[in-house]
Amino acid sequence: MSKQSTESERFSVIGTRMPGLDEKDKVLGNVVFAEDFTLPGMLYGKVFRATRASARITKLDLSKARALPGVACVLTAADVPHNESVKNVVGQTTEVGLLEAKHQVLARERVRYWGEAIALVAAESPDIAREALKLIEVEYENLPAVFDPEEAMKPEAPKIHGNNNVIASWKLRKGDAAKGFQQADVIVENTYRTPRQEHAHIEPESGVAWIDDMGVINVRYAAQVIEHYRDIATVLGLPDSRVRVIGTLIGGGFGGKEDVTVEVFLALLAWKTGRPVSLTFTREEMGYGRHKRHPYVLKYRTGATRDGKLVAMQAEIISDAGAYVYLSPWVLIYSTVHSTGPYLIPNVEVDAYSVLTNNIMTSAFRGFGGMQMVVAYEAQMDELARKLGMDPLELRRKNFLKKGDVTASYQEITSEVWLEKCAQEALKALGPRSKGSRTLKVGRGFACCWQSYGRMTYLHDTSNCWVNLELDGSAVVRSGIPDLGGGQRESLRDIVAEVLGLKVEEVHVISTDSQVTPPAGTVTATRALYMSGNAAKLAAENVRKIIVDKAAQVLGVPADTLALRDKTVYSTTDPKKKMPLTEAIKHCHFEGIIPQSLATFRAPFTEPITSDLIKDPVFPDFTFGAQAAEVAVDVETGEVTVLKWASAYDVGQAINLNRVEGQIEGGAAQGIGFGIMEDYIEVGGVPWTWNFHDYIIPTSKDIPDIKSIVLESGSGKGPFGAKGIGEPSISAAGPAVASAIADAIGKRVTHLPVTAERIYFALQEG
Amino acid sequence: MSTTELYDITLTVNDREVRGRIQAETSLLDFLRDNDYTEVKRGCDKGDCGACTVIMDGRAILSCITLALQADGRKVYTVKSLGSWDRLHPLQQAFVDYEALQCGFCTPGMLMTAKALLDQNPHPTREEIREAISGNLCRCTGYVKIVDAIEAVAKGEYR
Repeated sequence: MSKQSTESERFSVIGTRMPGLDEKDKVLGNVVFAEDFTLPGMLYGKVFRATRASARITKLDLSKARALPGVACVLTAADVPHNESVKNVVGQTTEVGLLEAKHQVLARERVRYWGEAIALVAAESPDIAREALKLIEVEYENLPAVFDPEEAMKPEAPKIHGNNNVIASWKLRKGDAAKGFQQADVIVENTYRTPRQEHAHIEPESGVAWIDDMGVINVRYAAQVIEHYRDIATVLGLPDSRVRVIGTLIGGGFGGKEDVTVEVFLALLAWKTGRPVSLTFTREEMGYGRHKRHPYVLKYRTGATRDGKLVAMQAEIISDAGAYVYLSPWVLIYSTVHSTGPYLIPNVEVDAYSVLTNNIMTSAFRGFGGMQMVVAYEAQMDELARKLGMDPLELRRKNFLKKGDVTASYQEITSEVWLEKCAQEALKALGPRSKGSRTLKVGRGFACCWQSYGRMTYLHDTSNCWVNLELDGSAVVRSGIPDLGGGQRESLRDIVAEVLGLKVEEVHVISTDSQVTPPAGTVTATRALYMSGNAAKLAAENVRKIIVDKAAQVLGVPADTLALRDKTVYSTTDPKKKMPLTEAIKHCHFEGIIPQSLATFRAPFTEPITSDLIKDPVFPDFTFGAQAAEVAVDVETGEVTVLKWASAYDVGQAINLNRVEGQIEGGAAQGIGFGIMEDYIEVGGVPWTWNFHDYIIPTSKDIPDIKSIVLESGSGKGPFGAKGIGEPSISAAGPAVASAIADAIGKRVTHLPVTAERIYFALQEG
Repeated sequence: MSTTELYDITLTVNDREVRGRIQAETSLLDFLRDNDYTEVKRGCDKGDCGACTVIMDGRAILSCITLALQADGRKVYTVKSLGSWDRLHPLQQAFVDYEALQCGFCTPGMLMTAKALLDQNPHPTREEIREAISGNLCRCTGYVKIVDAIEAVAKGEYR
């Protein structure tokens, strides 16, 4: 919990430890989460799901379910006005063409994965709805299926949609990889595999929908993306303005509540019945009914000279997209750009593919295709260092990107790169090495990473925020940004308080309502602070200008000599010239000037990607960091204990230190799960791990006391020089623990998670 | 809906008498939530995650795998029994001060497990705290700040 700063002293709020905005209500049990909300006359929805991975539906008889007393409706694809929501995913290869099945509300005639939704039920009670599901009669005829993405790439493989299972491909080309390898003194070649991770937020997907007295469908649900009101409107064939999404405080998301989950089902059931409807996924349904993290196959070849300079890197990257496209092409862009690691490599050749299979669909998850790459590029660095007999940090140090360097995707790095400092600090924080024994081998490892923050620049991302000052000098902020629990809306409070010289208690934030709050965009892509934080800062600065200009006029001093702090506008040159903030506000109102502002922050824009070769900047900026681990491995059982942990990130500028540490610690824990514990297993497309007793996530006994090291270069693109930390915090964790295990047992397990079984078999190989 | 027979039960929840007519298989979690004790959270409904933890007769229990019938005649406490807006319970205050929560969904269960621990063992070690809360899953925090907060109360920082 150390913090090294050069700049924070100039702030009164920013960079300190501010009390959370919602914490008191959370500890008191006062928060009305999505499932806690009820309305009179409310029905309960349930989803009927496929129990085949690839089949034709030969019979679907709903008559018994519909006849059950208390059942209000049973809906199938035939009842959905626009069942397919098709989106043109920019940059698809022409071979594949426009994607025809990004998302489908309910399966029609054919199911493509085990768990696919076929029908919806709404009934007077959850019990009746569950009973109705049992009365739905379905028969299937199995169809050919494919579960291995490499198999699915072959021409003879069964096709999931259309004519080609490869739904996206992206390339990097820089220099000449073949020639580069000729200059290499050592070459390391390995294939790595990463798991299908489940988000496992503790709150299931949930919400309530109703039609209000203006005929607008309201959906109050746990939403990372309130802009899904548009998707709901598209499915129902309604104008966008007839659908309103009210976001709740979210009980964890991590990308799990980024794609469409309950909201379209809820709106359909409310629309068809005219009554309020509640729908919550069961824990099992979260397993087999919602997307996961993409598993990857990463075939890497990396070459370096004797003195440790990287000369060439070549990779083939394959992701398992599952049965529907969702955000897979975007996730793959992240993978491709991040695939080199934060290293300057003169010759690069990367070919990345995302492939449909009959597995559960995969899509957004914290780290979004960037974090899986760390597994490969950092293991390659460790193996190169071993072959060269060089210290692993020294090898990295010789190759780190620097500010001003251009990446293999032809993007200039425009912020500071403090990777060496991050790695040094993380390793130092581990302290003295623990003692092992004959059977308990202690090992240490670390990993460095880069992870973008902000959405891809060709998406032309914007965020709006409205700020005003009340007559008593308190401020109100309105922003559409949802709050995942990371303090996304809270950071707006801190920023506005800083700019307007207020205490955080004097700023109230209204957020996440698609018809009330100015559109602020999604809580995804580590963009919330970057985008909505910048918008809030702009709006607050505009309000500040209104106040200061008016005060300058009244006091008869130049505006640029005035400061605003502790609810007082005062001259920095003449102590006698000052005015309470409330006086300045009154003067504004006398003249019909309202101290308010609606501001828009626009991320840098680039043109859409037109070919599968990435040769232009894709991201606004990157966050850099390192994580270090010490583990003990029982070489008789393969059991791993994480003994020590340290994570160091340059966050540019911390807004609220508590929140930064929260992200760093939580990211490490989730990444340790990815590294050594978690895998959503499907066998022949049949899910095996849909409960917390099958799908094991870290408990308090699995995670050591994480040391968070917060570095502040001040060079980020966010407010006050902040960078994003939500996703970067996970990226290096799995690779760090895998590296520590390799150090402990003298062998590298290249298939994550590095479970006891995999360690045992690696040791058996001798 | 496997049975139709109904049973009358009477229990106290946060020292208030609550009566109900329930089916044999109704879980205590469903019973509590149906009676507007929605501060008791449903995370998995299978006894795995700990979000539904309440205290019954002095012990932290999982209300999702406890039958409402088993609570007949007993005293049940939810997180709302701990403190109020003006006077938070020491554990609640410590959770706020140490930022021992993010989304807050596991928090009501986590607090009740911590309360039961400190009632039985007022001065647990860090390892004992980790052991006690190991049945309460949190996906946001990495647990460090939760252990810090409980330890602070155990060490008397919040008398």
